[in-house]
Amino acid sequence: MPHDSAIAGRWLPSLVVGRGVTRAFAIALIALAVFALLLLADGKDPLRAYRDTLVYVFGNTYGFSELLVRMTPLLMTSIAVALPSRLGLINVGGEGQLYMGAWLATAGALCFADLPAWQLLPLITALGFAGGGLWALVPGILRAAKIVNETISTLLLNYVAPLIVSFFIFGAWRSAESSAYPQSPAFVDAARLPSLDGTRIHLGLLFGLVCLALYGFALGRTRWGLEIRAIGGNAEASRRLGIPVQGYMIAVMVVAGGVAGMAGMAEVSAIQGRLVGELSPGYGYVGFLVSWLAGGNALSILLMAFLFAVVSSVGDILQITQGVPYAVVNVLMAVILFIVLGQRQIMRAG
Amino acid sequence: MSTPFALAVLSSSVMSGTSLLYATLGELVGERAGIVNLGLEGVMLIGASIGIAVCSSTGDPYVGVAAASLAGMAAALLFGYIVIGRRANQLASGLTLLFFGFGVSALIGRPFVGAAITGLPRLGLPGLGAFDLLVWLGAPTAVLLWWLLFRTRWGLALRAVGEDPAAAFAAGRRPDVIQYQALAVAGLLGGIGGAHLALALALSWDEGMTAGRGFIAIALVIFARWNPLWAILGALVFGGAESLQLQLQARGAAVSPFLMNMIPYLLTLLVLVFWGFNRRFAAPAALGRNYFGVE
Repeated sequence: MPHDSAIAGRWLPSLVVGRGVTRAFAIALIALAVFALLLLADGKDPLRAYRDTLVYVFGNTYGFSELLVRMTPLLMTSIAVALPSRLGLINVGGEGQLYMGAWLATAGALCFADLPAWQLLPLITALGFAGGGLWALVPGILRAAKIVNETISTLLLNYVAPLIVSFFIFGAWRSAESSAYPQSPAFVDAARLPSLDGTRIHLGLLFGLVCLALYGFALGRTRWGLEIRAIGGNAEASRRLGIPVQGYMIAVMVVAGGVAGMAGMAEVSAIQGRLVGELSPGYGYVGFLVSWLAGGNALSILLMAFLFAVVSSVGDILQITQGVPYAVVNVLMAVILFIVLGQRQIMRAG
Repeated sequence: MSTPFALAVLSSSVMSGTSLLYATLGELVGERAGIVNLGLEGVMLIGASIGIAVCSSTGDPYVGVAAASLAGMAAALLFGYIVIGRRANQLASGLTLLFFGFGVSALIGRPFVGAAITGLPRLGLPGLGAFDLLVWLGAPTAVLLWWLLFRTRWGLALRAVGEDPAAAFAAGRRPDVIQYQALAVAGLLGGIGGAHLALALALSWDEGMTAGRGFIAIALVIFARWNPLWAILGALVFGGAESLQLQLQARGAAVSPFLMNMIPYLLTLLVLVFWGFNRRFAAPAALGRNYFGVE
């Protein structure tokens, strides 16, 4: 991992963007080809499927806007992976951090429902950040103290966070109006992130883009970024130079978890309007893949997040129009990743 | 605790511990050869779905287990090609394998949702109770692996590759071949672990039914300090946590099922924390690193 970030960390914007675009196109082509094969194997007509998809996704503004809606949480969960990766940490806990951000934001929205929107929205955004950040604090401390590897601790906590959400929506927060389907009471209007008229694009997209810009700027242009990359390159040397390595590890994990938590906040506040059990179709894990493919570069993250939003929308549409199970999307993403993972090493060796 | 309750907990911890034991043993062999497979969860899912599919089609659970172990081996060897043949990062490739397994198993298992399955038959031993064949073979498998790893030349070579592939290469071994062999064994056992879950415990297919057992097994390898014999104890303890929770739920204990479902994950994390505090450096030295040959 340090090796990857060292390459991506070089400040050669035009070259990196050029490579990112080429790679995104190559990956898109691979994805389309593999998808076509899977559809053929299932006895479906891939060309018709692609035409349906094109018409649905790019044929009108609403279809296209849905891509941006789907990209929004992916942006944030990829930053949650990319930032620690520059330090040499592997945060696979985006999924759990997203759930905890949604959970704490919901707590705020339900407790302070009588605040005006200009106070309530910043409050639940901060709470979303805090929820995800605190969830990542434990793995951060355990890693900084060299007690437990952050990969395994964040993975285990991914299974706990949805149970906490379920505990509340089946218990204390269960809405009285819908006894059949467990969910929290609806948020008051003041706790809903504003959306663009006629679409589901919401303020969370702006949050994601700002986070991404801050991420790119902080890593490339600030002392913090320099020290983070130094630790990623050689932690021991950085420690001897007097960089507070352990402090960075904990702080970076908290910020990363916080950004993933904001994705959860945006999902409950803008999309769902209440806390539900099925918050995320694996945004945290897909964010990991996005970040990995992008090599931690901010612009590449944007491209890859968009690409994965397209891939998962295609999966959705094919599920509706052709009866293809959504699981195909998981297989597809895995195949793309296997190809890219296998290829990158060859490029490096050559 | 009344005796029937204690017996029920004990017998069900053996049952749920068995699938963990096979998965843990598999991961352990791979890690001894220097390869950490975070996609064990995916391997188990593929094993579980193939086990259900084959068992439901042929009506023979043993054929189901055999097919599951072969499918697990195939998945692990695919992972092996990526990380050994292509020298890709092990952690990222492992998570990709998790995705792959999740998707493939959902596709395989979809036609068999709600299908009737004849589970593995229980075989009684006097004085010990009646369990299926995989339960009876669990501990002997662990002992066999211990013997293979610590008492044979193959095991010595395998451990040498996990500690220092360059030295093993210098001593005339092929690190890549040995790692492929280790992963084949790992996938075989991971597939069996998934099959036991499906064909002895759940008796039906459910998407994502392993519910993090693959990750618990990876943590158990650390708990076992990379020793197959300790893995038996670890699997029993964690099987116990799971079965205690199930038995309490079955008896209508007044604790939320969601809180009790957290127990295995939190217990795993606690054990890792406790182990981390008084750690001896038992992990294979070259674990997770790629061997690029002699430069």
